[in-house]
Amino acid sequence: MKNSLRNTRAVLLLLAALLLPVLHAAAQSEAPEMADVLRQNGKIYVVVAVITVVLAGLLAFLISLDRKVSRLEQELKDQ
Amino acid sequence: MKNWWKALTVGLLLYTAVAGLLVPVPQLAILNETIRNLYFHVPMWFGMTFILIASVAYSVRYLRQPTPALDIQAHEAARIGILMGCVGLATGSIWAKYTWGTWWTNDPKLNGAAIAMLIYGAYLVLRSSFTDEQQRARVSAIYNIFAFATAMPLFYILPRLTDSLHPGAGGNPAFAKYDLDDNMRLVFYPAVIGWTLLAFWLAQVASRIALLKQKVYEKQFA
Repeated sequence: MKNSLRNTRAVLLLLAALLLPVLHAAAQSEAPEMADVLRQNGKIYVVVAVITVVLAGLLAFLISLDRKVSRLEQELKDQ
Repeated sequence: MKNWWKALTVGLLLYTAVAGLLVPVPQLAILNETIRNLYFHVPMWFGMTFILIASVAYSVRYLRQPTPALDIQAHEAARIGILMGCVGLATGSIWAKYTWGTWWTNDPKLNGAAIAMLIYGAYLVLRSSFTDEQQRARVSAIYNIFAFATAMPLFYILPRLTDSLHPGAGGNPAFAKYDLDDNMRLVFYPAVIGWTLLAFWLAQVASRIALLKQKVYEKQFA
């Protein structure tokens, strides 16, 4: 359990490291606009957010499935 | 950390989704923004190729040293490969509709890929036609080797011998047109690695479930 918690933390850290530069680049606009990334021009960031949520959801499901299988394997081994 | 590559998969795929839509791309006529499909359509075929190589490797190992686990791993890897190939055909068809103007055209690359997918489809049909487990495992391992040896030239060799609409075929070196752009390379390679790793992850979980199922059945009959 402790190990899996550590895994989750590592994954989250990796995610943050990957996503932060993109967010930073997206946030640099000229005018006094503030935090308008999701509302600006073509609203492509909304699509990015949607795709990210979909992908994150599917991957989270896969991770939980993976854990369930691991638990079953352990149970069968202990029997 | 045993599952570091699964964490890497999650990271690379989320990076692909975000950077794939936001990083600047070459502005080309007809293609327009659809050039970004390169990060999603092409890695399907890369992932399929790598997972099918793994599948055929399991099959060869099965024939040398038969174990139920190797048979299951070969089967599940082939299934994920077929799934990725079908997704690749579907995404390619959508892309073709809005750039070439048609869902499908009798292009050597397209038809070659379709025939190769049918050959792999026959692998699944063949497998389901046996009741004896060892016979099924042995015959489908042999067919898997033939399927791989037939499918790969259909994907990668025959389309290059003739003219083709599809990039990477008709004598063109693959990706030369797009890959010159460094920005795209920055997303494309991680995308290929990420989607390929996802294929292996799915195949691994599917194999583990199939193996568990088999062990439970064995216990019931013991």
